[in-house]
Amino acid sequence: MNQEKNMDYQNIPRELFTKVQVDQGERERIGRPSLTAWQDGWIRLKQNKAAVVSLFVIIAIVALAILGPVFSPYNFAQTDYSATYQGPSLAHLFGTDMYGRDQFTRIWYGTRISLLIGFVAACLDLFVGVTYGAVSALLGGKVDAIMQRIIEILVGIPHLIIVILLMMVLPAGVGTIIVALAITGWVNMARLVRARILQLKNQEFVMAAEVLGTSQKNIILRHLIPNTVGIIVINAMFTIPSAIFTEAFLSFIGIGLSEPQASLGVLINNGYSVLQSYPYLLICPAIVIILIMVCFSILGDGLRDALDPRMSK
Amino acid sequence: MDDILRVEDLHVEIKTHHGLVKAVRGVDFYLKKGETLAIVGESGCGKSISVKATMRLLPSNGRISGGSVKLEGRELTQLTEREMLKIRGSDIAMIFQDPMTSLNPTMTVGKQIVEMLKAHRKDMSKEQMKARALELIELVGISNPEMRYKQYPHELSGGMRQRIVIAIALACDPKVLIADEPTTALDVTIQAQILDLMKELQSKIDTSIIIITHNLGVVANIAQRVCVMYGGTVVETGSVEDIFYRPQHPYTKGLLAAVPKLHEKTDKLHTILGTPPDLMNPPKGCPFAARCAHTMKVCQEYRPVFTEFEAGHTSACWLHDARCQPEGENQ
Amino acid sequence: MLKYIGKRLVYLVLTLLIIITVTFFLMKKLPGTPFDTERFSMLAPEQQEIMLEKYGLNDPVPVQYIKYLGNLIRGDLGTSFLYTGRPVADVIFSRLGPSMLIGIQAVLLGLAVGLTLGIIAAWKHNSGIDYFTMVIAVLGVSVPNFVVAALLQYYVGLQWGILPVAFWTNWACSVLPSIALSFSATAMFARFIRTEMLDVLEQDYITTARAKGLSQFKVLMVHAVRNSIIPVVTILGPVVVNLLTGSLAVESIYSVPGIGSLFVDCIKNNDYSTIMGITVFYSAFYIFVIMVVDILYSVIDPRIRIQGSKEG
Repeated sequence: MNQEKNMDYQNIPRELFTKVQVDQGERERIGRPSLTAWQDGWIRLKQNKAAVVSLFVIIAIVALAILGPVFSPYNFAQTDYSATYQGPSLAHLFGTDMYGRDQFTRIWYGTRISLLIGFVAACLDLFVGVTYGAVSALLGGKVDAIMQRIIEILVGIPHLIIVILLMMVLPAGVGTIIVALAITGWVNMARLVRARILQLKNQEFVMAAEVLGTSQKNIILRHLIPNTVGIIVINAMFTIPSAIFTEAFLSFIGIGLSEPQASLGVLINNGYSVLQSYPYLLICPAIVIILIMVCFSILGDGLRDALDPRMSK
Repeated sequence: MDDILRVEDLHVEIKTHHGLVKAVRGVDFYLKKGETLAIVGESGCGKSISVKATMRLLPSNGRISGGSVKLEGRELTQLTEREMLKIRGSDIAMIFQDPMTSLNPTMTVGKQIVEMLKAHRKDMSKEQMKARALELIELVGISNPEMRYKQYPHELSGGMRQRIVIAIALACDPKVLIADEPTTALDVTIQAQILDLMKELQSKIDTSIIIITHNLGVVANIAQRVCVMYGGTVVETGSVEDIFYRPQHPYTKGLLAAVPKLHEKTDKLHTILGTPPDLMNPPKGCPFAARCAHTMKVCQEYRPVFTEFEAGHTSACWLHDARCQPEGENQ
Repeated sequence: MLKYIGKRLVYLVLTLLIIITVTFFLMKKLPGTPFDTERFSMLAPEQQEIMLEKYGLNDPVPVQYIKYLGNLIRGDLGTSFLYTGRPVADVIFSRLGPSMLIGIQAVLLGLAVGLTLGIIAAWKHNSGIDYFTMVIAVLGVSVPNFVVAALLQYYVGLQWGILPVAFWTNWACSVLPSIALSFSATAMFARFIRTEMLDVLEQDYITTARAKGLSQFKVLMVHAVRNSIIPVVTILGPVVVNLLTGSLAVESIYSVPGIGSLFVDCIKNNDYSTIMGITVFYSAFYIFVIMVVDILYSVIDPRIRIQGSKEG
């Protein structure tokens, strides 16, 4: 012990050497306030600056996609042959295309379509995938075995090829893309949900609940669902950008949406055809799609780290 | 001085995303040549971090924030990483808690032993190294060393893996062997075998051992001296006899009372009420104050100082102070 | 082990059969055949009849299906409409070389750059190079490959004139497509090995290795990298899928005479038999790669080898 401390201790007044009553509750006090998984997750997400920024960028893009076309003086399909291929200016923030259509309006209208496709496809995926996965895991036994065999075959199929085939067969349009994406996209979600529920079913706290006589319904409601929501949300976060990408890809190779409909893919495709002379027609929609993809990807990662630390490994 | 290892006023901090954890807050202990020192305490009291710090093997988010570690009088905290490499493994070796995870799963056990020799015995030839590895495998009581040499860790049982871990640690005849809960992850029967092996090896190769454990049975079995840790500090040190028969600190007394005894008829298991302190905001006074049955005002304000009872038996508690009221002393 | 491979082969055949069936019936539902084109309608009705007969389009659909399956087994994928009269198998085969070249170059480039970046990033966790790698990783999976390809073509090829941007005359022509294609693979490898390494670096056996007095570099190369590289095999499947789909756009953009651009051309021209052929070819290739990857993984990792032999 060092000298300084010894000095200190000689001067401690005698009165302090009296017994005190320690509150029993105080003894059992846990140092840190206990938080629910969601509160804890939210705090961790807030600490992840990149994820927070991404969240705000996504909100901004969604707002622009909804409001941009509404407040623009132009219509997305309105042509103006006196003002074709104009560079970005005050009148046309992102310039105009070969028919003199305002790019600003078209880009945000296209973003709206792309986001719509992403969200709806993710919702359908979620609905089908979660139902399939949950039914498979909860029923177990033979049903599970058969459902698993089906999944094992389905995961072997290269999705994009089936989507392309569906796109060729079904009438072109937003609905078709969504249907094609949903038909192929739910498998991953189903697998994740099933794996998670099976894992939970074997965990001590669920077994403990069972032993304590909690009803099957309560186990599902109180234990299984709250602990599965995390991975569902996270997976949906990755489904949205992948759907947006697929749509853009299909439109780019010429079998997605077509004129005068606009989506980010259509715009990039149009821009690519005149890339040499008017690069801004490609670059503007490309930046928007990159922003959307990057932000969803970072937010998805952030959510995964925050809600389900084990999964991030 | 016959102290082979002396740790003084060691402080370690760990950075977590919740804040800075002061995991070790002024720990002193020493190890004499040829003896076995047990460091005892409950989970999270800083015992494992303390010994890892002596080898400078802290995780990347931890650092030694003060104090000294002397190996045969040589200050380790000031050495460069390169100098430290020569000491790790050859002067101080370590055995870890879980043999299931402490061996590299994709490397044969023979190679993992030879690797230690390669790092420190530059003078040995390849054949000599292999011969030495086989000798070590035999030394730790594994039969058929030629076959084991070529096997992967997952092909061995838990007890055998721990023997391999011990073989690796002993490869370069270390002066100090640190065993971090070497038996916790093993079956009870295997535990006894591993402890016997360690005792046997200690007499054979003349090494000094620090064993970390929360199992007082292990302490009684293997150690000569004991260091009791609580809340990142040492609360009591003494010989095994001192600690088991003349415990002074209320925490040590609590620990001993919590061991179920065969000859006593009782329906109740003794426990120490409460939970250990949060080391992110460590208490100002005695770390045990919140759980102690004899807490005084002074305990909440000042860290207690060590009082020496017999030679080498010290305890840090205000109850030992002369100013303490008589009713506080009586139990 | 053999039992496991056998099981996988059964799945392979089953999956392929399903894909073929789905493809076949979807194709039959298609509106507009190549026979709707002007060129065809200028033919006399008798000639039209001969053509339909020749391509077997007069048979009832189930008969066509059985015939198609039978031909498939003999390696006959039918006849291309777009490349009149040439067998589809020939057309695909003639396009295989360029696709393989840029595909393999892209994988190798992705492995080299991605693994190096990822390993350094994990080693220097939270350093500048770590953040750089993370940015590359996020961009690589987020920026659509056709945008990368288009921008590379525009800037590197046209503006700076460093590399050829189209045609397929010499090796230099394959550089830009390979780079464009490798971008997502690089990102996936970098990201995967980084996470894997960070996880491995936390493992007890790394502490054991450090306690042996091994230098940081040795711990990293001998213990950490080896254990983190093994699982990289598992993402080869997703990487290959990415390359396959990426090749459609990239090959079209750089006019590489590969299977990707062939597929896109056939889609635009409703050349069913070739589309079906490529679909079957792609699916078979993909399923085969996944199977090989799984088997490879169980061979490389001693832990899985044992578990596999116990279970199977």
